[in-house]
Amino acid sequence: MTSRPNLPTETLLEMQRRMLRIRLFDERASKMVKRGYIPGTVHTSIGQEAQVVGACMALQPGDHMTGNHRSHGHPIGMGSPLGPLMAELVGKATGVCKGKGGSLHLADYAVGSLGESGITGSSIPIAVGAGLSAQVLGEKRVAICFFGDGAANQGVLYESMNLASAWKLPVIFLCENNHYALSTPAHTVTGGRIVDRAAGFGMPGVRVENGQEVLDVYEAVSEAAARARRGDGPTLVEVMTYRFREHSEGLRINVDYRDAAERDLWLARDPIKLFRAHLTEMGRAGEAEMDALEAAIAQEVEDCATFAIESPDPEESVAFQDLYSDHYELEDVL
Amino acid sequence: MSVMTYIGAIGAAQREAMQADPRVIIIGEDVEANVYGTTGESKQRAESGDFVQAFGKMRIRNTPISEEAMVGAAIGAAMTGLRPIVDLSYSSFLYMAMDQFVNQAAKNRYMFGGQSRIPVVFRSAMFYGLNTGAHHSDRPYSMFMTIPGLKILTPASAADAKGLMRSAVESDDPVLIFEAVPLWGQKEEVPDEEYRIPFGKARIRREGTDVTVVGISGSVPLALQAAETMAERGVSCEVIDPRTLVPLDSAAILESVKKTGRLVIAEPAHRTCGAAAEISALMAERAFPWLKAPIVRVTAANMQIPFSPVLERQMYPTRDKIADAIAKVAGH
Repeated sequence: MTSRPNLPTETLLEMQRRMLRIRLFDERASKMVKRGYIPGTVHTSIGQEAQVVGACMALQPGDHMTGNHRSHGHPIGMGSPLGPLMAELVGKATGVCKGKGGSLHLADYAVGSLGESGITGSSIPIAVGAGLSAQVLGEKRVAICFFGDGAANQGVLYESMNLASAWKLPVIFLCENNHYALSTPAHTVTGGRIVDRAAGFGMPGVRVENGQEVLDVYEAVSEAAARARRGDGPTLVEVMTYRFREHSEGLRINVDYRDAAERDLWLARDPIKLFRAHLTEMGRAGEAEMDALEAAIAQEVEDCATFAIESPDPEESVAFQDLYSDHYELEDVL
Repeated sequence: MSVMTYIGAIGAAQREAMQADPRVIIIGEDVEANVYGTTGESKQRAESGDFVQAFGKMRIRNTPISEEAMVGAAIGAAMTGLRPIVDLSYSSFLYMAMDQFVNQAAKNRYMFGGQSRIPVVFRSAMFYGLNTGAHHSDRPYSMFMTIPGLKILTPASAADAKGLMRSAVESDDPVLIFEAVPLWGQKEEVPDEEYRIPFGKARIRREGTDVTVVGISGSVPLALQAAETMAERGVSCEVIDPRTLVPLDSAAILESVKKTGRLVIAEPAHRTCGAAAEISALMAERAFPWLKAPIVRVTAANMQIPFSPVLERQMYPTRDKIADAIAKVAGH
């Protein structure tokens, strides 16, 4: 890392905290899937923490975010408290979505998280709409949508990029390129580079080559956010990163679709270790302070797991609420 | 009271809604030039008083031909402070945005535990019976009835269209309005003052004692004509227009069937899983002890729509088909 904006130490430490929250939350969630506390499966963001946190920390309160199936990192990156998120994964009454969303459909409107999506690419135009409301209402907020290299081949992305560009909407299209759509290598199903597609829509395209460096991501997204807030329209940011674990927990794929040398190279670029080294080398924090910070987050994650496990199950009647904003007769539903 | 056309009433409701609330915007293909006549005083372009001049291009916007992005963006805008009206023109175009309707509009409020409000209105027009061929003639409202989370409106008159449109804009849930283009030019007296028609309240279009005839969308005027014909033959028909299919005023239909013991349902959509099928099932479950004859549906066939006028005109309910059905259940 070379020259950097002189961010306050507290901001840098908060980046590390949020990356650690994602890492430890997802490690804990993985264990809870194995032990049967979490029904179904989860998709972890382990290895991609810098890409998530660098982007989220470049936003401001009031900004909006939509995500995808790799879904826990985004709300955590936006600052969502861990307890209701973990309780949602377990399916408890205290879940952030009352137990009706689960891992794939986390949303925490209190921090601008408008919802993750189990349908690849589906939440992209939702962020464009958040940009539209900002523009019409004259509010200086921006919207970011996270999507993967797989979603980059969905037509809805290009309809959305075109609309955002034509209307100069304050939107950041953030492609989390972790090189694989489940088991399919991105380069085998993608013509050209994703970032180059921005030019076709008359918007800037920026590729963050080392998406494991949180400050690299932060700088790219900060610039995109500033541009959007100025009224100059959307930006496509492609962040090169890697998921350290399997596509989803418990998934066993017999074909080794990821090259061992490639995997080793990326595993050596652990965003949390890299940033810790950066902080200590720059004299922003001592080793003991970083140890304490890690211990505090580990405790926070333990507490959120306990909270989730000990929380009550939802009342069964909750399954028949929240479909519409107004009252409706259950007789017409059942 | 003033006499208005159905399409004029939609335009008037849009104008009132735009004036009443700065969060209301209209987006869609060709809305700036008022191509279909609902974003201006008349079908003349850029006249004094048209919507672009009255409300500005920030709030009246032509979209690219990108239904998926248009619908998704309207949902996202609704979730973050606007109350968009989306003009999708032809109902057949809705399929291009199916993921957004089904996975976002219908599910977000529910699966996020009630965090979202999604006040958005999707207008589309069913151009059937007008020789536009299979890609432009669909009446797909019943497909969307099967998606919990959407509200489905099928106004059949000018006054209903205006009042329902105002309620739709003020609803905090996604509303799909299916307009019957064969009715666009039909006129009705409409109150001069602003008014809203609540969802889930059927309109009794004609009172009667022998047969209940439920008409939907463009089949409502035909049901009224059939009732007139049958009155001359001594059969008294009660004609009911549910007006909104989700929520459905099943109580009003049940009340009428208890009185008449006979039910005919006419609609321009396909037979299988149509609104008529759903109403038939509900009444079979709830009104069986009162039924004196089997329920009869008069619908479009499970067939695509041909182009040639000679071929197309046999595809939908007509006054005579409905009258025949009434005669059948009445034992005439």
